[in-house]
Amino acid sequence: MLTLKHVTKTFHPGTANEKRALNDLSLRLETGEFVTIIGSNGAGKSTMFNAICGTFPVDEGAIFLDGKNMTGLPDYRRASVIGRVFQDPMKGTAPNMTIEENLALAYAKGTRGPLAFALNKKETGFLRDSLAEFGMGLEDRMKTKVGLLSGGQRQVVTLLMCTIVPPKLLLLDEHTAALDPATAQKVMEITNILVKRHCLTTMMITHNMSAALTTGTRTIMMDDGEILFDMSGEQRANTTLETLLSMYSAKKNQTFDTDRMLMPD
Amino acid sequence: MGSLLTLGTLQTAMELGFIYSLVALALFLSYSMLNVCDLSTDGCFILGCAVGATVAISGHPYLAIFAAMGAGVLSGFITAQLQTRFGIESILAGIIVNTGLYTVNIFAMGNRSQISLNATDTVFTKAKALLAGTPFADYYKLIVAVLFVVAAAVLLVMFLRTRLGLSIRATGDNVDMVRASSINPARTITVGLCVSNALTALGGCLLGEYQKSSDIQVGTGMVTIALAALIIGETLSRGHGGIGRRVVFVIIGSCLYRIIMAIAMRLNMPASALKLVSAVIVAVAIAMPYVKQSLSDHRKKQAAMRISEEETEDVKC
Ligand SMILES: Nc1ncnc2c1ncn2[C@@H]1O[C@H](COP(=O)(O)OP(=O)(O)OP(=O)(O)O)[C@@H](O)[C@H]1O
Ligand SMILES: [Mg+2]
Repeated sequence: MLTLKHVTKTFHPGTANEKRALNDLSLRLETGEFVTIIGSNGAGKSTMFNAICGTFPVDEGAIFLDGKNMTGLPDYRRASVIGRVFQDPMKGTAPNMTIEENLALAYAKGTRGPLAFALNKKETGFLRDSLAEFGMGLEDRMKTKVGLLSGGQRQVVTLLMCTIVPPKLLLLDEHTAALDPATAQKVMEITNILVKRHCLTTMMITHNMSAALTTGTRTIMMDDGEILFDMSGEQRANTTLETLLSMYSAKKNQTFDTDRMLMPD
Repeated sequence: MGSLLTLGTLQTAMELGFIYSLVALALFLSYSMLNVCDLSTDGCFILGCAVGATVAISGHPYLAIFAAMGAGVLSGFITAQLQTRFGIESILAGIIVNTGLYTVNIFAMGNRSQISLNATDTVFTKAKALLAGTPFADYYKLIVAVLFVVAAAVLLVMFLRTRLGLSIRATGDNVDMVRASSINPARTITVGLCVSNALTALGGCLLGEYQKSSDIQVGTGMVTIALAALIIGETLSRGHGGIGRRVVFVIIGSCLYRIIMAIAMRLNMPASALKLVSAVIVAVAIAMPYVKQSLSDHRKKQAAMRISEEETEDVKC
């Protein structure tokens, strides 16, 4: 489904700020897999998403989606099959447009001619009902400008925008980090429902280790632009938080900075 | 001087207000929606005027309108390509195209800096002939201007409600979101600037036919004037409400600007002072919302300061 082959990305090469953010990274995802990704700040998790989405060209390596080489495609072309919730709540929505307009733009993704009207009665109803599923009362504010919503509310709108036309690949970058605990749980439940309903291949970055182990089918830990370990099935089921931490310290062979890893989610 | 405005000057102000509102609508699209400051507006306005005049003189009064708009589309296309394909800053791209257009405009007028339309059939003369003898005979210019602006505004609002229109609005708002929605921002910028410059050129064409002459100077300062109209309109509508409402307010803004200028002229200001007046109008219109906010913040702060004073006194006692 998704294949990363020896992907390397260095920022500011040849300067004092040189940073190898992705180091010969290889990864393969099967259709329907739900991978959770953990790793300390600056490990390269978001950078991996950026590479997959085509935010920047990679230095070396290739990226395949559904057997198609995407490495040379511009970001907006890849976006037709990839849904993404950014880490930054401001990035996923247009603030001066209403909730309805934002959703309509996402819903029209590649399905209709450019000169078709973006909103009609039937669709507004559908968009409204879809938003109502999140149970946050946002469905009563369809004509509100998104810029007037809180960061968490904006993330929920973004999540719906990403899934309203089921993508082949769903990328979630700490998409519940900006939410209050109750809403975060609710959004996580809905994420699981959406992933199951549309059988989405999903990658989810999180700093919540226990959520990483209990959600999805596979867990990857990244560090310094590389994959430290990758586990699924039996092995993953038998892994506890403690073994995860000790595995990390063993691999890193250094004292583990618990505070840094266990960022409150 | 009896009153500030006679009915005649008011009518002229409205005629000009409507014609120039086309340029304000163009900036509504490029500046308010796309967030691009298109400084090729001056040149494009003259381009519309020059091309329209030349085509009208050659005997095609209706074709002139479309030719002018087509020229505007081309000009907008070049500005957009400079930005999206060659990475030139949008303001610079506009300045470059504006500079180049000077030569193009002289060329379009047959290597002259001025041409007269005194003996030429235009949409205005056609309307005059059509309305002769009816009660509307005196208003033919206003009617033509209003018809064009209403048609342009309706089409613009409809366009902004299409998927493409929505993507154009989103491009100026959050370009990351646009890409994530699988839309090429280079395309939305290009289409947006083409439509916007078509409106500017239409404004130029109508003004030329209205004044019965095309002049290389006619577009000078057009950006400032249209920006003033746009900002007056946006301030009045407070950016609230749907696109339709905002478009109507932009047109009102343009008419208001013309009325203010007409009053300035009635006050016997020398012609050279008018530029200063328009600069002041622009500055005031832009600063108004900010100043209002600052004043209200200031009042709130003052009120807050008073509260703490009283409380400290209580504690002392
Ligand atoms: N556009 C960029 N330009 C320069 N350096 C960058 C850029 N994006 C990322 N980096 C660097 O790459 C490294 C990895 O960053 P990345 O954002 O992928 O971390 P992350 O794993 O997502 O961390 P976090 O958990 O804090 O979100 C960091 O050292 C960062 O400074
Ligand atoms: Mg990150």
